[in-house]
Amino acid sequence: MPQSFSGRIVMILSRYGGSILTGAGLTMLIALIGTVFGCIIGLLVGVVQSVPEPGRGHPARKILLKVVKFLCMAYVEIFRGTPMMVQAMFIFYGAAALFEIHMTTMFAALFIVSINTGAYMTETVRGGIFSIDRGQVEGARAIGMTHAQTMRYVILPQALRNIMPQIGNNLIINIKDTSVLNVIGVVELFYTTNSVAGAYYTYFEAFTVAMVVYFILTFTCSRLLRLAEKKMDGPDNYVLAEGPVIGEVAR
Amino acid sequence: MKGSDLLIVRHLGKSFGRHEVLQDIDLVVQKGDVTCMIGASGSGKSTFLRCINLLETPDDGHIFFHGRDVMENPGMTESAYRAKVGMVFQSFNLFNNMTVLQNCMIGQEKVMKKGKEESEENAMWYLKKVGMEPYVNARPGQLSGGQKQRVAIARAMAMQPEVLLFDEPTSALDPQMVGEVLDVMKALAQEGLTMIVVTHEMAFAKEVSSHVVFMADGVIAEEGSPQDIFENPKEERTREFLSRFRGELQSS
Repeated sequence: MPQSFSGRIVMILSRYGGSILTGAGLTMLIALIGTVFGCIIGLLVGVVQSVPEPGRGHPARKILLKVVKFLCMAYVEIFRGTPMMVQAMFIFYGAAALFEIHMTTMFAALFIVSINTGAYMTETVRGGIFSIDRGQVEGARAIGMTHAQTMRYVILPQALRNIMPQIGNNLIINIKDTSVLNVIGVVELFYTTNSVAGAYYTYFEAFTVAMVVYFILTFTCSRLLRLAEKKMDGPDNYVLAEGPVIGEVAR
Repeated sequence: MKGSDLLIVRHLGKSFGRHEVLQDIDLVVQKGDVTCMIGASGSGKSTFLRCINLLETPDDGHIFFHGRDVMENPGMTESAYRAKVGMVFQSFNLFNNMTVLQNCMIGQEKVMKKGKEESEENAMWYLKKVGMEPYVNARPGQLSGGQKQRVAIARAMAMQPEVLLFDEPTSALDPQMVGEVLDVMKALAQEGLTMIVVTHEMAFAKEVSSHVVFMADGVIAEEGSPQDIFENPKEERTREFLSRFRGELQSS
């Protein structure tokens, strides 16, 4: 066992570098897939939440919409209002006890992170939709678009751009929060680090490594997302169809 | 009901809560008519226009489009009806996530189900007409108000509407940009486009319209030819309203 702190870090890296990397990879995989699916869930539920009340003469549709909206609301409140760690235990062991469904820990991890992110994203998407000027909807309606077309081509692209920072936030939260999934035995970065630390009682050293790795993961993601946002905004200037670039943006 | 009557409004009423904004409005628009609606702010002109293409749901009355009641027995969806009744807004309402060209194509592609090439060709034709074809790649945020409104007109025209509604199209513009938009509208009127225009531009109304409607307090107070309304108004309310625009009307 090396005497110095740095020596012990080097030892951990050389001996367990591979498993730490694997753990980090699993963490990223769960966070990324969970965020993507969470966004899809959030988008669907958020759009449902923002469907306007049907006009006169549609009593059945009105009731159906009310029921669906209630279920969506219940989903959001329950999953936002309980800790992910508790949900993980509840779902993983509950599925086995009640329905004899034995999920793999990986599937359970993806499932839990997705529905959790979905609950948060629903509110974000709803906010994103409401943030778009009402005039955009009217402009779309006025050229004959249906509600669905208005959403798809006009509102959601703008809402998505506006909530990009929030999506990034969620991804970063997910990278960190996958650590709670060690309670159901997912071998992500925290679980791996904990095992490494336990082998030689090098807790401080192992978790120093974990700190650095977590930070590298989140910082890289946050920079990449910033780049993606820039790309979504398109060029600052435009080219006249038969002319030079307009240097100054006319506002 | 005559065959050439494109749009007939009968006994239209609309309230917002207890506030009755429109009462018993009747209007007949024939193909090629340019109907200008004038009146003080809050008189119900814009609400009436928005009722015509069902952006607001009227509480009472009927709207007949080609003789069919668009609220009760339209034979088409609300969206399909709106595609035929275009609208140009005071605040432009161009799609901020699209370029000028995409703004003029999206309706053709998704609502009229036209091909990309045909849509683009058609969009370019109308953009040329409003003098905005050099700006096809620009986004709405990069344009001036007058330019935005001209694109909005091209977008509406690209749907080849049977009637085009203008809701105070120049009210949000700087004075020097009003002219460029009014010129485009004049050209469209001369080509025989059926238009209903809510406006405070009295000189434009006097020169271009075939029919003028003066609204006050949610009712049509007086209507007639531009000569009737601007030169021999019968109602005291009309005279009083127009007196505020005396300078503008004399110089025209």
